[in-house]
Amino acid sequence: MINTIIQGILLGGYYALIASGLTFMFSVMRIINLAHGSLAVLAAYALLVLAQSWHINPFLGLLIVLPAMAVLGFLLERLVLERSLRAGQLVPILATFGLAIVIDNLLFEGFGANTRSLGNFIGSLSYDSIELPGGIFVGVLAVGTFAAAVLVLVGLQLFLSFTPFGRAIRATSEDPDTAGLIGIDARLVNGVAAAIALVTVGIAGAALGMRGTFDAYTGGAQLLFAFEAAVIGGVGSVWGTLLGGIVLAVAQSIGAAISPLAFLIAGHGTFLVVLFARLWLAGGIGNLLARRA
Amino acid sequence: MSALAVRDLSLDHGLLHAVRHVSFAVGSGEVVALVGANGAGKTTLLRAIAGAHRPAGGAIELDGVDITAVPAHRRVGMGIALVPEGRRLFAHMSVEENLLLGRMSGRAGPWTLDRVMATFPNLAPRRAARAGTLSGGEQQATAIGRALMSNPSVLLLDEVSLGLAPIAVDRLYQSLAGLMQSGTTIVLVEQDLNRVMRVASRVICMLEGRIVLEGATATTSRDRVTDAYFGLGQARMPA
Amino acid sequence: MNAQTGFRVERWTAASRAALAAVAAVSLALVFAPYVLGPGALDRLTILFVYVILAAMWNALAGYGGLVSVGQQVFLGLGAYATVKLADLGMNPFLAMVAAGLIVGLLALPLSFPMLRLKGGEFAIGMWVVSELAHLLVNLDPLVRGETGTSLISLNAFDAPLRRAAIYWLALAAMLALLGGLFALLRSRVGAAVQAIRDNEEAAASVGVRVLATKRLIFVFAAAGAAIAGALWLATALTFQPRAYFSVNWTAYMIFMVLVGGIGTFEGAIVGAVLFFAVETWFGAAGVWYLVGLGAVALAFALLLPRGIWGALETRFGLRLLPVGYRLDLSALLRAETKP
Repeated sequence: MINTIIQGILLGGYYALIASGLTFMFSVMRIINLAHGSLAVLAAYALLVLAQSWHINPFLGLLIVLPAMAVLGFLLERLVLERSLRAGQLVPILATFGLAIVIDNLLFEGFGANTRSLGNFIGSLSYDSIELPGGIFVGVLAVGTFAAAVLVLVGLQLFLSFTPFGRAIRATSEDPDTAGLIGIDARLVNGVAAAIALVTVGIAGAALGMRGTFDAYTGGAQLLFAFEAAVIGGVGSVWGTLLGGIVLAVAQSIGAAISPLAFLIAGHGTFLVVLFARLWLAGGIGNLLARRA
Repeated sequence: MSALAVRDLSLDHGLLHAVRHVSFAVGSGEVVALVGANGAGKTTLLRAIAGAHRPAGGAIELDGVDITAVPAHRRVGMGIALVPEGRRLFAHMSVEENLLLGRMSGRAGPWTLDRVMATFPNLAPRRAARAGTLSGGEQQATAIGRALMSNPSVLLLDEVSLGLAPIAVDRLYQSLAGLMQSGTTIVLVEQDLNRVMRVASRVICMLEGRIVLEGATATTSRDRVTDAYFGLGQARMPA
Repeated sequence: MNAQTGFRVERWTAASRAALAAVAAVSLALVFAPYVLGPGALDRLTILFVYVILAAMWNALAGYGGLVSVGQQVFLGLGAYATVKLADLGMNPFLAMVAAGLIVGLLALPLSFPMLRLKGGEFAIGMWVVSELAHLLVNLDPLVRGETGTSLISLNAFDAPLRRAAIYWLALAAMLALLGGLFALLRSRVGAAVQAIRDNEEAAASVGVRVLATKRLIFVFAAAGAAIAGALWLATALTFQPRAYFSVNWTAYMIFMVLVGGIGTFEGAIVGAVLFFAVETWFGAAGVWYLVGLGAVALAFALLLPRGIWGALETRFGLRLLPVGYRLDLSALLRAETKP
């Protein structure tokens, strides 16, 4: 059981990692990007192509993919999110969903139905493990992902709290009109925020690909996990997202230990229970994902 | 060449003509007061000068340069700063953060964090406090300080005394006294006519979107301004 | 004409009367289709009716309730599942279909309590999670045997032409009933409440509109409608493979229909369903590219024409065929004003 929980905690690191971009984008722009998971899978496929066709190790591949994701994020904000937000609060949901369908199916068209993994390209790292006291083995990759999650979350928080641009992002998210009046270019700020969010998505995609397998339609599940981790973790602090990821993953792992069918059921079920409990206790809080900056 | 000029400016709020064919100029270093009843178009006018409201017609010039098409965030870098009606501070951020934000896109100049603190001494102890927890007077001081941090050449003050206790307003204007003599061009919207006659060199009165009176405070009587304010002694304006 | 105020409030215009007459005529004609059309065409018409139901229900939820759900497929799947279960227990399959719709509608009521407290994107994805969970739980039922699925075997007791006609009539009846119910709802006080909520929820609440109750009504109505659609789909497809019913692609179809047709307009949902039906007929075989096309078109409409085709037509031509609102006739007043 201890082993299950520890593996769960480490998996939670991955969930926190992929949740970080979702909550960041939401706290800045009040948009939930339904293409979030699909974009992570896109990054994974990009790393795959670099590794397969160009023999570039996925870690080095990140040096190419992450900047590309940043540019993609900027373009996404300018071309899709900004426009659709002007049409109404609900339109970005529809637009990003349409985008997710396009990305998923184009990936299927391009790469077929086979499941892939980046594990083949990182040598022994995919199965190296460290032994902990008590005879429990933890994967180096799992620990690395967890560490990456903490770094990303702390990094984002520090960025928002202590840098001038981070301040500008917080101001724009609170009151874009006044931000403009004091000289902040809201469009630029949102574009950069989206770029940052997609960089974290790229990192998460790399982790996804290295730790396990993926196919063209994996994006939907990743979006759900990210969302669940974010909501369980609650009104956004860094530690909230991390905790949310851990709770989700541990629930899933315990479920899986009982029966393979129960992995997902345990996860979704826990999410709904926590959600309803929080809604009931708080008497209906407004936005569950909102980060009080 | 005036520091700020507004030529035949018209502004709409949906179907409502909030400002109709308004023209005036402000010289460098002048303090001009804009008065008028609620709904006369004063706030809309200031917002348009700051770039937050697109004109339906006319032009705005800064130091002779037409800035009508320039977006709000770029006007700050050109030297215009607005202290909005209602303060509009970032409530979740501290006083210091609000002030630092003001500096981001502004110009080089004498205004620094320390100088703002010196100008508004009541802010110094509240430096790290969240803006949403401040009193009205402190919030107003922060809002003005935030605008000053961009080192504007033209400062627009929209109803800075709104919602403040008289003693807080006194303190505010005391702090502003030095600013008003320093050579910064100031356009202020103010309801208190007595104060207007004391601090401004020129007064412009608006009614239903038009200018109905314009004159130097030294030579214009309070009564004349009051009459213009209420539209008395004027021929009925055509629609 | 009110001589004092100079304006008139009307519900029916000449155009809308004509439109309603046309709808009645078409509906009557459709009743006789089984005597005229071959089996293939009849099946396709049945499917068209299912699409219209789905579009109208998703539009009711999103366009009128302001609730975008990426998980409405849960009701589709549960409707089909309930039908299979009831038929397995011995109920007449046609009765089972109707009962399934009602049961799922009832189930949606307790679900609405927590779910309606979510906003915007949280509600959207929250419903998706509910759908995934329902899918997993349904898979556990030994009757369903996981993804292998089962069939509505009891339908085979009826001979093919009669079965096909009966399903067709049931679909036609369901579509007309649901559309009619929605129409009546929108013309009632609930309809006014819906419009008010859509325009400004806070303002609506401040004048006494019971926002939550109204949303709940729409949520349950949309759920029941989608469930009936699921049951009808099952009847045409005969097999129940959970993955096909709980697939998020159904949401993609519904979003396409409503976005392209016109979100928040009654006629728009129907237009969107017909367009989708046409697109599916011609391009459905293109497999993955078909889905890419759907997604791309939905995205394009969201960015460029968010009001949809009917919404755009409404704005340009002031067209409103089905009278769910009120029209203000200011012509007399304007004529009086321009008199010198």
